[in-house]
Formats: sequence, structure tokens, C-alpha cells
Amino acid sequence: MSQVSLQLRFVIGLCLLFASTNTLCAETGGINFSRDIRPILSDKCFQCHGPDEAKQESGLRLDDRKVALEPAESGERAIVPNHPDASEVIKRIAATDADSVMPPPDSQKTLTAEEIELLRKWIAEGAIYEGHWAFAAPERSQVPALPNLNSPTLKTPTAEIDANAWNNNPIDRFILSRLNQSELKPNSEATKETLIRRVALDLTGLPPTPTEIDANLQDNSADAYERMVDRYFASTHYGERMALNWLDYARYADSNGFQSDGSRDIWGWRDWVINAYNANIPFDQFTVEQLAGDMLPNATPEQIIATGFNRNHRLNGEGGRIVEEWFVETVIDRVETTGLTWLGLTFNCCRCHDHKYDPISQKEFYQMFAFFNSVDEQGVLAPAGKNGENTPPLFSMRTAVHADGIAQRERQMADLEGQVQKAKGNLSQLASAWAEERRTPQVDYASDWQQIVPSEVKSTGGAALTQQSDGSYLASEKNPANDSYEVTLPKLGNSLTGVLLEVMPDASLPNQSLGRGFNGNFVMTDFTVELVGGSLKKPREIKLARVEADFTQTGWPASEVISNSPKSKPPLKGWAVEGNNPERRLDRKIMFVMERAVKIPKGASVVIRFGNRSEYADHNIGRFRLSITSIAPEKISLGSSGMPADVLSAISKNPAEWNDAERKAVESYFLASVPNPIREYEAKLQAAKNELAEYQENVPTTMVMKEAKLRDAFVLVRGEYDKPAAKVARGVPAVLPPLPADAPADRLALAKWIVARNNPLTARVWVNREWERFFGMGLVKTTENLGSQAEYPVNAALLDWLAVEFMEPTTLPTVNGVAAKAWDMKALQKLIMTSAAYRQSSQVTPEKIEQDPDNRLVSRGPRFRLPGEIVRDTALAVSGKLIDKIGGPSVRPYMPAGVWDETSKYGNLRNYQHDKNEGLYRRSIYTIWKRTAAPPTMLLFDAPNREVCTVKRSRTNTPLQALSLLNEVTFVEAARNLASRMLRDGGSTVEQRLAYGFRLALARTPNDSEMQVLLSGLDADMQRFADSPEDAVRLLEFGESKLRADLSPAELAAFTLAANVIFNLDEFVTRE
Amino acid sequence: MSVHPLQIQDALNRRVFLRSTPAVTAAALASLGFAKQGFSKPTDRSASNNPIGLPGLPHIAPKAKRIIYLFQSGAPSQMDLFDPKPQMVAEQGKDLPESIRQGQRLTTMTSGQKNFPIASSIFKFAEHGESRMWFSELMPHMSKLADKWCMIRSMHTEAINHDPAITFCQTGSQLAGRPSIGSWVSYGLGSENEDLPAYVVLTSFGSGRKDDQPLYDRLWGAGFLSSKHQGVKFRNTGDAVLYLSNPPGVSTQARRSTLDRLSALNGQHHTQIGDPEIQSRIAQYEMAFRMQSSVPELLDTSKEPQHVLDAYGPDVKRPGSYAANCLLARRLAERDVRFIQLFHMGWDHHGGLPAAIRGQCQDTDQATAALINDLSERGMLDDTLIVWGGEFGRTIYSQGSITQDNYGRDHHPRCFTMLLAGAGIKGGLTFGTTDDYCYNIVADPVHVHDLNATIMHLLGVDHERLTYRYQGRDFRLTDIHGEIVKPILS
Repeated sequence: MSQVSLQLRFVIGLCLLFASTNTLCAETGGINFSRDIRPILSDKCFQCHGPDEAKQESGLRLDDRKVALEPAESGERAIVPNHPDASEVIKRIAATDADSVMPPPDSQKTLTAEEIELLRKWIAEGAIYEGHWAFAAPERSQVPALPNLNSPTLKTPTAEIDANAWNNNPIDRFILSRLNQSELKPNSEATKETLIRRVALDLTGLPPTPTEIDANLQDNSADAYERMVDRYFASTHYGERMALNWLDYARYADSNGFQSDGSRDIWGWRDWVINAYNANIPFDQFTVEQLAGDMLPNATPEQIIATGFNRNHRLNGEGGRIVEEWFVETVIDRVETTGLTWLGLTFNCCRCHDHKYDPISQKEFYQMFAFFNSVDEQGVLAPAGKNGENTPPLFSMRTAVHADGIAQRERQMADLEGQVQKAKGNLSQLASAWAEERRTPQVDYASDWQQIVPSEVKSTGGAALTQQSDGSYLASEKNPANDSYEVTLPKLGNSLTGVLLEVMPDASLPNQSLGRGFNGNFVMTDFTVELVGGSLKKPREIKLARVEADFTQTGWPASEVISNSPKSKPPLKGWAVEGNNPERRLDRKIMFVMERAVKIPKGASVVIRFGNRSEYADHNIGRFRLSITSIAPEKISLGSSGMPADVLSAISKNPAEWNDAERKAVESYFLASVPNPIREYEAKLQAAKNELAEYQENVPTTMVMKEAKLRDAFVLVRGEYDKPAAKVARGVPAVLPPLPADAPADRLALAKWIVARNNPLTARVWVNREWERFFGMGLVKTTENLGSQAEYPVNAALLDWLAVEFMEPTTLPTVNGVAAKAWDMKALQKLIMTSAAYRQSSQVTPEKIEQDPDNRLVSRGPRFRLPGEIVRDTALAVSGKLIDKIGGPSVRPYMPAGVWDETSKYGNLRNYQHDKNEGLYRRSIYTIWKRTAAPPTMLLFDAPNREVCTVKRSRTNTPLQALSLLNEVTFVEAARNLASRMLRDGGSTVEQRLAYGFRLALARTPNDSEMQVLLSGLDADMQRFADSPEDAVRLLEFGESKLRADLSPAELAAFTLAANVIFNLDEFVTRE
Repeated sequence: MSVHPLQIQDALNRRVFLRSTPAVTAAALASLGFAKQGFSKPTDRSASNNPIGLPGLPHIAPKAKRIIYLFQSGAPSQMDLFDPKPQMVAEQGKDLPESIRQGQRLTTMTSGQKNFPIASSIFKFAEHGESRMWFSELMPHMSKLADKWCMIRSMHTEAINHDPAITFCQTGSQLAGRPSIGSWVSYGLGSENEDLPAYVVLTSFGSGRKDDQPLYDRLWGAGFLSSKHQGVKFRNTGDAVLYLSNPPGVSTQARRSTLDRLSALNGQHHTQIGDPEIQSRIAQYEMAFRMQSSVPELLDTSKEPQHVLDAYGPDVKRPGSYAANCLLARRLAERDVRFIQLFHMGWDHHGGLPAAIRGQCQDTDQATAALINDLSERGMLDDTLIVWGGEFGRTIYSQGSITQDNYGRDHHPRCFTMLLAGAGIKGGLTFGTTDDYCYNIVADPVHVHDLNATIMHLLGVDHERLTYRYQGRDFRLTDIHGEIVKPILS
């Protein structure tokens, strides 16, 4: 093969290698191992001959020159430098028979002729290895000189380029120098209107207002553009726009994920992110505080809240989950997320085995694991387990608002305390009055109820029932969802006609009330009386004819209890008494009367069973006492049931005749068992106390990191939680620089290591993502991975220059007069945004699409569809409805019906109800996010579901997006409000009004032919709505916002559709 | 006004479309896995937008043009439905021998139990069809199709709890983040229908256990594949497809007029900017408009003959029921939707199993059989693959106490049963054997990865070759596992 044809094939090879066009591979020259050879070896060979020790076939590894040059197990030498024909590698990859060809046919991998030729040439040139480019610390590249724009030898006819514009910013010289190797030339600068919209959307996610546009248009000073950019950097909406991506990385959500997917509070961390961006804290600090802010000396509340980053993972609360298993998964999730977010490395391959491509071993993976396994939690939902509960460690978000709330409740308690004391002073009077009233008419009290001492009392659900001094039984310890109590009465001599159950409050019960439900309530669904034993062959149930209670909760009458039978299928209704209401926390009585007197067979026992088979778990009775009677059924009443004999005797007398003992007996009975003002105020006071406690408990918390005792970490065989092998210490992969030697190897050290100057990855990862933010694609396309499988950067010199400049600024600009610091995020962005490259128009030519479809070389301005959140925010802003409020708990805007209930009846995030006021119009970043059923419109617009770390969204264009923008209430209501604005503020003519709306949305005025289309459509719609005014009204009533009465419905409806058209324009959803 | 706006718009549209290359237009149409038949295969570069799939796919001649996957969420009890163990009657109430359990892990719902009392099934089993396939009395309709079913009794999986297990079935991984099987199919094979997505999901709540088991977006999510491959869940509340209906007061004519304006304005903008994405957007809006009529037409079963409705059972009239979804599945299949997946919830019977499973079978037995008969009568069973099953099996021992007519069963990943029928499947075959306790597999184990590999094979996809590079690694549905289960193929 002649030298010329080899050269030619080599060039073709490079082109194919980049799977791209000849434009992109124009950056030629000699063989560059990192760019040309390593990707072939990595992709085609490393799986069996790479870093994974367990899989090094024939003892050969091709990622290590030393090993590759040594004779393999077979005695052959894989690579003989300068002698491709003597190299076994070349023989094998060029072989044609299935037995010897490499890669083997079953690997599904093949080498192209061009790749083989490249490897041959590389060996011929000496088989020089380099480490993977991204694992060596970046060095500051030389900024290329501005090419001689008039040189006839240049491929790009750059004469049209404004030399001044492209000479100011180093970025432009890198771009131009790269473009000069292609046949593309850059675009001219975009219009001012396009630029202000581009900048506003990029920095704040909101469109520029007409005032801002006018100010910018009128500003002809040299630094008008720069000052415009600075203004958006100063906006508090900047933090919201930046946080959006960060929330995807951090897998932020308002729910715990997994099966029941209940709620959590971690919006405090979201606020922290927004504020951190607004305050422009440097990226190294931003990193350290989020990974290990809790471990900083004298950590501030903000630094602790920042650590929520690695608490945003899902938490499994599924019944039956094995805690150890999910502990491991949670820790691995942290390693994964941290690796992906900061290092652009995928660690999860190493969970089970050494990495196939990157030099990271399984052991090293678990050394990283060890940094994250000592957080003070179990990796699963808090054992308290209730949906909607935050899982510790937590941090209180107590604010001034909450302090006021607490003070107000304390004042209310003091007032009530006074009322109680006042009423207590009147006890004697009140008790006498009650007794007087009770005295007439006289009842045969003696014949009423007889308290019994059971022979046996038990709970079928395992609760402990302890007898109290007053003969009642108090339940404690285990409280199953549905308990039932079984009481065996002592042998009764005579007959039985009724049973009385008293339920009483107790200080030990929830809410100091009567029931064991979390709120102090109970539900009794069943009550049966059975005769057992003695002469009976089988138990006999006694029919209960009548039931009466002294109080029932609305909807929970006593009658339910006797209409249920043991055969009724739960959940059942039953008797309840508002035990959750402190004012109702009183002794309650319910009696059951037999149809006729039941004669008790000889030797038989009476067994009474009562319990809760309602849907209300834990709502079991807390304290009870039983009495029986044998008087004629028709005479039985609740009457003076349960009244002690001394009280009965006292109240039969005139209060004036009471002795001290009698007075005391009556007063204490009155106080304890009769509704009275003292109790009423005491109940109110207790309610106020509870409310305060609840309020204090509900001061929002946010989930944070907190170190607990050091837990041992082990290599897990095949990554399985129950197969620990060798114990490992904390450490970082050997291919990367070591941890600082002067500090303990903990999470804080890891965080500092990540942002150390010599870490080769972090700065590159970040500047690459910023490039992606502004130009749609990174300098390395795979922004999620800079490992050895990553693409070689399209402009490696620029990537490294930016990375170094980010860490050690020399030319980063000031932002709003503030000089750039190291790791200055705003300054880096401003440097990019003030480049001529960024300011180009986004016009596309067939030539550019053909040669550089993804605009990797930046020969045009970036143009791509906005994220779903920003589309919605922009529509709200343009409509005038957007609520300009930063931070706070999540809100509930419009959602399709049943959004949370379509596929789940679990958890507390159910039955979605949208907010009525400002919650409908807050920015989308505040929309409540339930992971298993995330906001549907956002998913349609490519948002991830936030179950795992996502550093890059796809960008699709689908009919479902069209349906959403056309029909979803959010956008239709926004269109109507924009229509109102047009009619109110747009001017007097139809043209002016349409132009006004158009400009609000797109920052420019429509041209004549656009106006023509809008006008004729509006005419037709006006006619349509004039013909069917009811349609206009229906359209205008869509959405919660108030309708302006002063506008003609037909006109407003027609303008609404015009606004609907504007919101659906490609230009509206696109950042030009 | 000299020119009628619609004429302007028409002229613009024509210009836009005439100047667009077939590849670009096809790409535009291909989003969301929508296809436009008749377009030539685009070049490699836009391959991922190919409406008819990736180049080189199908890898092999497909047996199945489409699949209807009847997922029974919550895990049906195999020993009460398909895998009779009469020898357990004698073991009733005895503890599960340690020699059988072999220390295998249990969920924390039963790992604390003092003993593991064997609960033999109270349901009667009988052999059916020429193949003498066993079914319990709970499946009177499905059992009539014994000779069409292939019953795999030796399924096994890795996860022991619902969320990870169902995620594993759907994505080949217990953890969130991977694409679902339907997304892989949409990515690899594209769609054959112009107006409907390639992957449609239908869900129903079961009457056996009304609160179980929740489903998650991720089960039909696209993971790291382009989100246009995510399954489109037809909703049971409101619009079946999100935002399908025009807003109140907006007629079809008014909507058409909106779209004409959009098309004209977007077209003008395209002339200035030149970005083919704008043409793509114009096409998406036209497709949205077509969906507004094609979806209601799809959902309208009023013209179905009475005997067909009757075959699916009375539930067919209740929208969102399993029976209604089965009928809808047939209508989707007729329209060449490639991956149709039903999820029926309610199979998680830790307690009160006998009553609950009766309810579930009432929901699903008749409608499943009707679907197969219906497809068969239309000649579509030959190229439609049917899969019926859940995420794992249940334990032979009772969770909680046993009474004469009541018991419950915990999760059991070591063996369970799934049924397949239709395209490429050997009917009347019972495959795989479990031990006497229905606890371990004794012959022909089939892992979930194997099942997924087999499903892909029948659709014409080599599961080892359909990969996607993400985070530097080539991912596939079956991870690095999966063997095609050849004996069950016809």
C-alpha cells in the first residue's frame, strides 16, 4: 500500500471514527492516542482485556502498555512497537476465520477496516500510550492567535467576520481556530431582540418585559449588551433557573418514592440551592457544603441544610423490605449520584466487578461507599413509618413566622388558663345546681346497673389490659390495627337483661382521650354477648335488641354496632364519640339490652366481645368498664348508670343538707363525670396545648446529613448486600490523585478532594455542562460521562482552557462590578455569554446542517426548545399571572384529574386538589413532585421522574406536547389572561393589540405577513364567537382566575385563541 | 385582503414540505414512535428517529408483529391457580421443612413468624384440553384454551418485594432508571401506526384487593432512552390521552383554524431560520390534530357486536375495568400498536387469599379468554404474542394463621408461573417443574431475563444486540444475561 493511500485511508478512518461528518474530523494531525486509539481499545477490547482483573482473558490487558508488550500466556506478544506485522493484536483483528479473529464473533463487536488501519499505524509509530485524557489534570492551553482574517489560505472566508468582535474573548479565538479547519463560517450577531430574549431565558427562565427590551434597544453604548447580561445575573429568578438542572442531578422530589410514595419535606434544601446560586457562592464551596456542610467546623444552619443534596434519594418503606438490602442501595445511590454529578464517572459497573473500561476496581468502589455509609440513618423510611413523615436526620426550618405563631398560641393558652381558674371558683355552686336539678323526678337508682369484676379479660390483638382502681381496664403496649377485647363475666346466678359499657378517658392515651387511635378516638364496630360452657354443647350468642349511647359522633351511631355481625366483612361502620375532640373527652356509655331476660344455664359463663373492625387502624378502645343489669328490659335506661352509691345517696337530698363528705363526693363526681364549664375550659386549654405542640412539631424540617458512628464497609460479592467479603477503608480510586494526607479520610475530605485543583475531572465536568447549557451540547457530547468511553472533546484545547480558567481565573469578567473568584459560576457563564460565538444568530443553512448538524463547532447561535418548566413559566409571565415569589414549600397547580390516584391507592399523596390562588401561578420549580406519578406535562416535555440522578434530559418534539400547549387549562387560562392584557394595555387598534401580545411573548414585533395571518384568524374567530356566544363564555370560564366583566366575551374569546396561537409557535417554546 | 389566509397557509405548507428531505420529515413524524408508512429508511445519522425502527432491525424474521402483555400486578398465587400440589394436603399445617427452605431469605413480613405452616390450596384442579394442562377451578374460561397456552411453571426472579420486582420485570433491573421493555421495543422497532404511539399502557384496579399494588410511571418509562419512547398510559379519568380534548367552547373548526395559523406562522419562521426542527413541529401539530379524532374512534366500542361484548363479560361496559381494557387491547392491536401492556392490580394476597383471589379471577379469567378467542377469530393470534403473569410467586406456607377456608401467602421469588400464547408459542405445553412444596424449581428454570430475551426474540429482536450507550456503557434490557427459552417456541 502506498504511503498516499495509507494516508487517505487514515483520514477516512478518523472521519468514521467520529461517526460524523468531514467537518468534525478536520482536526487532523498525527495519531493522538486519547482521541484515536483509546476509544477503539476501550470499546472493542477492554471488556476482556481491560482493567477488570477477573476478566483478563489469556492474562492480556491492553489498557496497560507494559503488560501489552510482554509475551502473553500463549507466548505471543500482543504489541511489538514499530512492528505491526509482528504484533499478535494486528494478526488477530485482521484474521478472517472465526476461531482466531478478535474480537470474537460472539462478542457482537467488530472492527472496521479503518480502525484496523489506525491500530496498525499506531503500532508502526511506536505504540505510544497515554493515560485517558480526562484523568490527567487540565493544563492551561495556549489561546490561539486570531487568524489573519484576510489570508487567502484559510478555508473559512473570514473576511466578513468582525475582527474586533471575535478578538476580545479567548473563547472566540478557540472557536475560530477550530472553525478554520472546516468549511463553515460563523454567523453574524443576532438582533438585539433575539439576544435579550436568549439571555433572559438562559439566566432567569423568564422572557424579557417590554420595558427591559425598550431600555436595551435604546441603549447604544458599547457595553449595552454586557450591562443587559449583568441585569439578569442580578435577578433573583437567576437562582430558580439554575436550580432547575441541579434538582435533576440531586433527584429532588417531595415524596419518598417506592411503593407508597408518601410525602417528605426537603424544600428547605431547594431554597438553599436557589439562594446559593443567587449569592453566587463559588462552585468549590457549593460542592463542599452540599456534600459535607454538616462536618465543617461550627457549621451554620445553611451549611447543614445544604447537605440535603445526598438525602434526596428515595427511601423504601414497603412492608416486607429487608432493611440491610435497602441500606446498601441507599448508600450506593449516594456514591452514584456524587460520581455522576461531580466527576462524570459511572461507578455502578464496579458494584459487582472491576470496571470494564475505566481503571476503577470493585474494591475502590466500596472504598467510596465507605464515605457515605455512616450517616445516622438506616437507608429506609423512618421506622415510625407513617406516610408523609420525614426521615431523620432532620433540621428545623424555624423562622420568624413560626416564632410569631408560637407566641400567639402561648397567649391563647394563658387566657384559657384564667377561664379555668375562674370556673373552678364556682364549682360548689355549679355542683349544687346540678344536684338540685337531678333530684327530681326521683328514679329507682338502686335497681340500675351493677358493676362487675370479670373473671378474665384479654385482647385478641395482644394489647395489655390492666385493671384500674375503679374497676375499669386500661389498654397499653401493643396496639394492632384492629383489636378486639374478650371479657368473661364471673358466674352469674340470675338472669341477664342488659350490658353497659363505659368508655373513659385516660392520661396515658393519645390526646389524653378515650381511644387508642393516634388522635384519641376509637371506633367500636362489634359487640357480642355469648353464653359458653356449662350445660351448653356449643356457644350461644345472645340477641341484642336495643342499643343506646349517651353520645355519638355524627355518622357513627351506636345502631351500627348491633347491625354488624361476626360474619360482616370489614371494613365496618360503628360507634364513635369524637374522642379526637378535646371538648368531648368525657366518660361515655353505651348499653345493650336483650330482647327478653336471658336465663343463664347452669355452669355457663357469659363472654362479651367488642372491638374495632373499621378501616381506621389503631382505633381501639383505650379504657373501659362493664356493668350488667337484670331489671325488666323496657325499664333499662342509661339513667344514672355507673354513679357511685355515695353520690346517689347525696343527690337524693337537698344540697343545703349535705355534710362535707357528701359535698365532696358530689363535687368530685360532678367535676369528673358531668359536662360542666370547668371541664369545657379545661378541654379548650388542653386543645390549645395540643395545637401548640402540633404547631411546634409542624415547624417544617428538612432532611440533612449527620455523621453517626463509623460503620464498617466491605466489598460485596456481586454487589449483594448479604455477601460481604473483605473489609475496606475509605479511599479514592488510585487512578485519581490521592486524598489530602493531612486530614482524616471522611466525607469532608472527599468533598475537598473533589474540588482540589489537581482533581482532573470536576472542573472539566462543570465547564462542559455549562457549555451544554448555552450551546445545547457539551464540548464532550457525553456530559454525563468523562470516563474512557467518553467521546474525545470536539475542542479539547478550549475545554481545558475553560477548566483551568474556572479554577484559576485570569480573564473571567466582573459581574455587576464584582471581581471574579476562583470557581466563580456567574463569571464563567458571563465569559461564555459575552463571546461572539454565543451572540451569533441561530440561522441555519442546509450546508451547516449537512456538515455540523449538532452545531458542535458553533458556527451558529444555539437554538433549542425550552424545558417544560420554562415553557410554562414563560406563558404565566406573559399572561401577567406569574407570582413573583421565591422559595418555600411546594405548591399544587392544575393537574389532570386523578393524577395521583390512577395507579395507586397508597400513601398520603392521594386525591390531588389543586390550589385555588397563588399556588396555581408559581414557577414550575415549586410544583409538588411525587416520584411515581410526576407532573405529567413536565414528563411530556422530557423531565426525568427524579427517581435517580439525571444530568441530561432528552429533547423531543411530540404531538402530546402539542396537545398540552393547545388544550391544558394552564396554557388556555394564560392565553385568556394574555388576551385581557392585549385588550387592556395593547392600544386601540386590533393590530396594535395583537402586536403587543406577540411582543410580550416573543420580544419582537410581528412582520406584515405574520400580522396578516393573525388578523385574518382573529376575524374568523370573532365571527365564530359572535355566532355562538355560549362557546365564548365556556372558553372564558376555563381556569380559576376571574374574568374581566368589562370586556366583550366574543372579543376576549377571539383574542384568547390568538394568544393560544402565539403560545404554540415554535418560536415561543424555543430559545432562539 | 387580496389572498385568503388559508391559501397563504397552504402555499407555505406545500413549500415547507416540498423542500424538506424525506429523512427530516420522517424524523419529524417518528417522534413518540409514530410512523408514517411509505417513507424511505433514513440514513444512519437520524437512525434513532426512524419511524420503522433502527437500521438492521428486526434482526431476525419476527414471529410476533405485536405483543399484548397482561401484567398481573401483586403476584398471583401459582399453587392456587396453575401448579397443583395435592401432596400438600397431607402436610397441611405442618412446618415447611428446612430442607426445602434452605435458609433462603424471607420478607420481613414473615421472617419473624415462629413457624411456617403449610397451607394447601383449597381450590380444585383439573386437567384440560388435549394437552391435559392443569388449571384450578378459578379459571373456568382460560382453562378452555389449554391447548393454546404455554404454561411456564419455573419462572424465577431476584427481588422479594413488589416495587423492585415489578421494576425488574419491566426493565431488567430492580432499581429505577432503566428503560422499560416497551420503550426498548419502541426504540428498536419503531411504530407501524401513524396516529398512535408504539407503546400503550392500560391499567385497572382489581376487585380482589382494592388497594393493591400501586404502579409507577417508571414501569413504562423510557429511562435513559429518548423520552419519546416512554409508554403512553391511557388514562381512566378524563381524557384517555392527556389533553386530547379541545378546551370548552373551542370547536373542531376553531381548532383547525388555530392550526392553520400556526402552520403558516411556523412555516414563515422556518423560511427565515432554516431549522428543520420547525418543520418537525408543524408535523407534530398535524399529528396531534389527527389523534384528536383517531383516539376517540379507537375508544368508541359502541359499534362492537353484542356477542363480542358479551364474550368479554359484564365488566366490559365499565371503562377502566380489566375486561374493557382487554377489548381496547384488541382494538389497539388491530391498529398495529406494537406493544400493548395491561396492568391489573390486586393480586397481593398476604391474608384472606381465597376470597381475594376469587375476585381477581372473576376480573380477569373471562376477559383474558375472550381476548384470545377474539384475536383468534380475526386471524390475529398468529402474529400477536400474549403474556399473562405477575412479578413473582407466593409461598406455600401461610402468612398468619390458617383456618379451614382462609390463609394468606407471602412473596416468593424462587418460583412462579406465567402463561404465554399466540405468535411463535408452542400451545399446550407445560414447561418447568417445581418441587412438592412449590418452593424450588427442579427442572427447566426460566429467569425473568430469559423471558424478556424470548419476548424480544419473538418480536424479531436479538436482545444482545439491541443496546444503547449511556454513561459510557452499552446497556440492554437483559443486562448481561438472558437465554432464549427455545423449547417453548413453536
